[in-house]
Amino acid sequence: MSALDRAAGRNPWINRLGWAALTLAAVVMVMPLLWTVGLSLKSNGELLRDTASVFRGPYTLENYGSILARAAVFRWLCNSLLVSLCTTAGVLTLSSLAGYGFARLEFPGRKWLFALVLFGLAVPEQSVIITRHQLFSALHLHNTYPGLILPGLAAPFGVFLMTQYFKAIPVELDEAAMLDGASRRQVFWKVLLPLTLPAQATLGIFTFLSSWNDYWWPLISATRSEMFTLTVGVASSQINFAQTSGLGFLMAQAVFASAPILVVYVFFQKYIVRAVSGAAVR
Amino acid sequence: MTAASPRKSSWVNGLFVTPYLVVYLALLLYPLLAGVWLSLHKADLFGGEAFVGLENFGRLLRDTVFLQAVRNTFWFVLLTVPPLAIIALALAIALNRPTRAAAFFRGVFFSSSVLSVTIVTLIWRLVLIPDGGLIANILHAAGRPPIPLLSHPDLVLPAIALTTVWWCLGLPMMLYLAALQQVPAELYEAAALDKAGPWKALTRITLPSIRRTVVLVVIIQCVLQFQLFGQAQLLTQGGPNGASRPIVLFIYEVGFRRWDIGYAAAASEILFGLILVATVLQYVTTREKEAVR
Repeated sequence: MSALDRAAGRNPWINRLGWAALTLAAVVMVMPLLWTVGLSLKSNGELLRDTASVFRGPYTLENYGSILARAAVFRWLCNSLLVSLCTTAGVLTLSSLAGYGFARLEFPGRKWLFALVLFGLAVPEQSVIITRHQLFSALHLHNTYPGLILPGLAAPFGVFLMTQYFKAIPVELDEAAMLDGASRRQVFWKVLLPLTLPAQATLGIFTFLSSWNDYWWPLISATRSEMFTLTVGVASSQINFAQTSGLGFLMAQAVFASAPILVVYVFFQKYIVRAVSGAAVR
Repeated sequence: MTAASPRKSSWVNGLFVTPYLVVYLALLLYPLLAGVWLSLHKADLFGGEAFVGLENFGRLLRDTVFLQAVRNTFWFVLLTVPPLAIIALALAIALNRPTRAAAFFRGVFFSSSVLSVTIVTLIWRLVLIPDGGLIANILHAAGRPPIPLLSHPDLVLPAIALTTVWWCLGLPMMLYLAALQQVPAELYEAAALDKAGPWKALTRITLPSIRRTVVLVVIIQCVLQFQLFGQAQLLTQGGPNGASRPIVLFIYEVGFRRWDIGYAAAASEILFGLILVATVLQYVTTREKEAVR
C-alpha cells in the first residue's frame, strides 16, 4: 500500500485530487498525439488557411491515400525492418557466444578482454563517428545493408548482459549434464541456451527498438533515398517542411511511421518496458 | 567440436568470444583510437593530413561557435534532467499500485518513449510553431498572441527541452517504479502504527529507500541528454544564430558539412571525455547498489 493510498483512506479529497492531477498530466501527454492524428485527417488546403479547422469537419483520408501512392515510404519501412531484424539476430548470436565464453570458459587474456569490452560501454556512438565513416567509405559500405547493420553489432551491452546471465546459472548444471555424457556443445545448446531465454528476450527487444529508432548512423551512412530507413526518410520530408504546404500529408506520415511500433507496444508493453529499463540500469 | 575442458585455459575456448571481439575491435575500438590520432591532425576529406599536435583542441577553446555549443549543451542538460527526475518520481509514486487504472496510466506515460526522434520532432513542430501550432491555437483561444518558440534565442532551448521531457519521461518513471517495488511494505506498516502522515512516510521512508535510484536516474539522463542531436537538428538546425546548437550537432556540421574531420574528431574527443566521467559515476553507483543487496 502506498503512502498515497493511506492518506486517501483518511481523506478522500487527496485521492480525488491525485487522480485529477494524473488525468490532467495524461491529457497533456496524449494531446500532441491526438493533434497529429487530427491534422492528418484534414485536407492540406484547409489546414493552410487555418489549423483550427481540425476541430470541425469535414475529415478525409486523402493524406493516407497519398502515402499509399508513394512507394518510397514502403521502401523505407522494409529497409527499417530488414536492418532491425538482422541487427537483432546478429547481436543475439554474437552476445550468446561471447557471453558463454566469458562466463564459462577459460582462455588466455579472458579477464582483460572482458574489461576491454566493458570499457566500450562508456564510448558514445557520436565520438567514433568520423573515423567509422572513413572506414566504411574505404570499404565502400555506405548505402548498403551491411553498412547499416554492422555498427549495431559492435555495441557491448549484449555481451555484458549475456555474460552476467550465464554466470548466474549454477555450474553444477553443466557438470551434471556432462556426467550424463553430454558434450560441451550439447550443454551449450540444450541446457544453457534455453535457460537464457528471458535475457535473450530483453536483449532482442531492446536491440530491435534501438535499431528501429536509430537516426544518427543511417543519417550519415545512407545518403541515397532508396537506402533510407524510416527514421531518415521521415526526417528528409521534414527538412523540406518550408517548401511543402502539405501539413496534413506530413502528419499522416508521422501517424503511418509511428503506427507499427505503437501497435507492437500495445501488445508487448510489459516486455518492452522490462527490456528498456533493464538495459538502462545494466 | 572442441575437446577442451572449460576449466583448463585454452586458446580454443577463446573461439567463442572471437566473432564478437573482431566486430568490436574493428568497429568500435579502432575508430575510437583512430579518432584520437585524427584529432591531432589537420585533415580534410581529400586526404590532406598534417600533424598539428594539440592545435585542434586549442582552436576549439577559442572557437566561439564551439563554446556556444558547449554552453547550450550544459544548459539543455540543466533544463531537462531536473524536470525528468522530479516529474517521473511524482508519477511513479502516484502510480505504484496494482490497479488497472494505474497500469493504464503507466502505459500512457511510457508510450512516447518508443517513438523515434524524427516522429517526435514532426509531432512537436506542429505543436510549437507560432503559425497554426497547437500551443498557438490554445493561446489564440485565450485571446493571446502566438509565441515564436522556435525562433527566439531564449525560448528555443526550453522549447526543445519541453519536447525532450515529453519524449523521455517513461524510462525514469519505470526505473523509479522498479525501485519502489523493492521498498519493504513492513516499513510503511510500522510508520502507520506510529501514526506518521503521508508526507513523513514519503520523506522518511520512500525517498531514503530509493536514494540510489534517484542518483542513477540523474546520471543516466545526464548521459542521454548530453548527446542531444536529433531534436535540435530537425526542429531548428541549431538556430536561431546557433542558440540551439549542441555539441553533437557541431561535430556533425564540422565533420560532414565542412569536412574538417581532424577538427570534428577533436570535438568528439571532448564529448567522449564528458560522457566518460558520467559513465564512470554510473558504474560506481550501480556497483555500490549491488554490494548493499
